[in-house]
Amino acid sequence: MTKDEIFAEATSVYDNYVEALATGTFEALQSYSRNLSERIIPRGVETHEVVGIVLLLRDVLARSLFAKYQGDFTKLNRILDAYEPAANRIANTVAVGFVQERERVIRQQQEAIRELSTPVLQVRERLLILPIIGVIDPQRARQLTEQLLRGIRTNRAKVVVIDITGVAAMDATVANHLVQTVEASRLLGATVIVTGLSPEIAQTIVNIGVDLGKMNTVGDLQGGIEQAERLLGYKVVPAGEAAAAA
Amino acid sequence: MEVPILKQGRYLIATIQAALSDEDLLQFRRALLDRVIQFRSRGVVVDVTALDVMDSFATRTLRDITYMIRLRGADTVIVGIQPEVAFAMVQLGLTLEGVATALDLEEGLAHLEQRARSSS
Repeated sequence: MTKDEIFAEATSVYDNYVEALATGTFEALQSYSRNLSERIIPRGVETHEVVGIVLLLRDVLARSLFAKYQGDFTKLNRILDAYEPAANRIANTVAVGFVQERERVIRQQQEAIRELSTPVLQVRERLLILPIIGVIDPQRARQLTEQLLRGIRTNRAKVVVIDITGVAAMDATVANHLVQTVEASRLLGATVIVTGLSPEIAQTIVNIGVDLGKMNTVGDLQGGIEQAERLLGYKVVPAGEAAAAA
Repeated sequence: MEVPILKQGRYLIATIQAALSDEDLLQFRRALLDRVIQFRSRGVVVDVTALDVMDSFATRTLRDITYMIRLRGADTVIVGIQPEVAFAMVQLGLTLEGVATALDLEEGLAHLEQRARSSS
């Protein structure tokens, strides 16, 4: 933030604060705090910073009240009676506004992640590819399985290559789910080849004691597709060689 | 309820059309075995497309049928397991080990043809 920005922001925070205190209405403050959150969350401002600032402002104002009405305790008492609940409500409003905005952003991102989740792609007649990228939580794992099993049915797939190069790690639950997906695919008559297992995932799978005989794994996606083509009876040769052989 | 068993060349096609009771399943097993012997069939396709539930007894019986038919020198393919059913079965640990499965009737017959070719 530049100096001017800080000054402008501080002024508007103060103005809103004083307005809320003077009028006892919080609508303006609510919309201001929402607007402020929208602007500062992308900058990586933390919750404790926002709440800290509001509480600091509250204390500063309280101190100035103390200083002003030191001589008259009865008056100070009455002023504090009015001031404290209002100030607390302001702090509450701002903090809730900030957290709500942040939650809205999180929800939006979750939605986005779910949407870009996972395509089931047909690369050849009867050969599907399922590239998985990113973290797999149980919910996403379930979605993946559903999509894959449905894809096998609609595309009449015989071989499926699941590529998990883009998955850094998975816990035992998800690894187990992956193995179950492989078996369920077999029940639909499709062979699954899993490619791109990272060393960590390989370790997880060994640790949960999966029978590797049931899992067909190949080092990388290219190898996986080559094996799938062999299973389907395809033979890919460069155009020149094919012409020479004919 | 009885399961119709159709003869198609050297193969038998049995289509399970509704959920079967345990008694029905055992009767189906007997009937299928008899037919395999009677027609000297080379392969059997069991179509379970219509089933939206497969319990452990049904799964075990299907597996037993496959093993028994193999002892008669014929192959069995289970076809048409629904995606949801497949996943539910796996979660219950019912994986039809050692049993051939295929997507649908066509695939099942193609599988049997292939088996016949490779063994002859």
